[in-house]
Amino acid sequence: MSKRQHISAVVNGDPVDFLTEPGATLLDALRDDLGLTGTKEGCGSGDCGACSVMLDGRLVCSCLVLAVEAEGRRVETIEGMSDGSTLHPLQRKFLEHAALQCGFCTPGLLVAAKALLDVNPDPTESEARYWLAGNLCRCTGYDKVIRAVMDAAAELRQVRV
Amino acid sequence: MANVEFIAPTSPEQATAALLAGGAGARPLGGGTDLLVQLRSGRLPAGLIVDLKRIPQAIGIRQEGGGFVIGAATPGVALGEHRALGLAWPGVVEAANLIGSTQVQGRASMAGNVCNASPAADSVPALVAARATCLIVGPSGRRTAPVESIAVSPGRTSLAPGEFVLEINLPPRPPRAGDAYLRSIPRTEMDIAVVGVGVSLTLDASGLITDARVALGAVAPTVLLVPTAGAALIGTRGDEAAMAALDDAARAACNPISDKRGTVEYRTKIAGVLARRAAAIAYGRAEKRV
Repeated sequence: MSKRQHISAVVNGDPVDFLTEPGATLLDALRDDLGLTGTKEGCGSGDCGACSVMLDGRLVCSCLVLAVEAEGRRVETIEGMSDGSTLHPLQRKFLEHAALQCGFCTPGLLVAAKALLDVNPDPTESEARYWLAGNLCRCTGYDKVIRAVMDAAAELRQVRV
Repeated sequence: MANVEFIAPTSPEQATAALLAGGAGARPLGGGTDLLVQLRSGRLPAGLIVDLKRIPQAIGIRQEGGGFVIGAATPGVALGEHRALGLAWPGVVEAANLIGSTQVQGRASMAGNVCNASPAADSVPALVAARATCLIVGPSGRRTAPVESIAVSPGRTSLAPGEFVLEINLPPRPPRAGDAYLRSIPRTEMDIAVVGVGVSLTLDASGLITDARVALGAVAPTVLLVPTAGAALIGTRGDEAAMAALDDAARAACNPISDKRGTVEYRTKIAGVLARRAAAIAYGRAEKRV
């Protein structure tokens, strides 16, 4: 057995501590040690984006990050997206546009879409589609997802003005 | 991933010592987008993971001696954000940024791409065309090696036990120099190169090509530097006769396999086509960089 390591990190603004096996992924730690099950495991090989989180401000697949790598790092997950019970505009627009069916890809899509709008508040549809190419959805055909993202971007630009 | 061990050294010497002590199962970790997948699938045996990201020199992009030093674990997204790097070496940056999704770009490094030793690695033909070198740290000290000398066959490198790449170095860029990378994939995104071509050119004031490097990916067991293809362009302005000679030289260098992504015939033909197109783009960029 590998020796468990003690990890301190900041998740959604809160300091957290957990013990983890060296071979465990950040996704494993979020779901199993910290109880943050909004982040999903789809493929486990970095292809589907269901496990998308922000790590020190960068969009990553948490299945391709070791939990031990999170020592001293800042992690943001889907659980940190809404403001209490007030949904983030992206979350609201996903509901309004019915941009989900089974919902398994939705947390990853929302985290990735927020990362896009944080760096590019006014993306073209093409830019949004390329940015989200690593988030696979087998239900929607993507069109409603893109409409929701573009609509949320427009609303967020209004808020900024 | 059961039974792996993990260490995050803060100096290159500590990393070398750990890799040496860890034996054949020890692996350096940059972004992990290949390593963690290979460990999880069982393709690589469990062993010691040596994370390079706490070593200061292994992260970030520095301008030194007129060139660029890129830390081994620097993620692709950081390359795309670096304005001066993108102006000097647009082909290298576009090649690295073609790899995987936005999420993968948040982690994947060029040094990892080099050391994973895939013949289809997108950043490698561009780095080879650019005359990029690797700073290698190992038990007997430091050495510098051209990027094209790292991979020896699919998945295997020339690195000795305990050795790892700490930095990738791009040389100073003279005026009137430009590079480009093109790849062929059957989709628009998220795929592995069927053929990849990197070209780097330098022009004189009259527009004659004075230096040319052409490298091909996915058409041989390793990325190929093709001196005859570069020679076809030198002393020309990239006119049709030169492009035809480039096309011939690129096709003649190909030694691909047929697989589900492309046949020998297709890969060979496309290598010539992409060499022409990449050379034309590199030439246009070189003309603008005065």
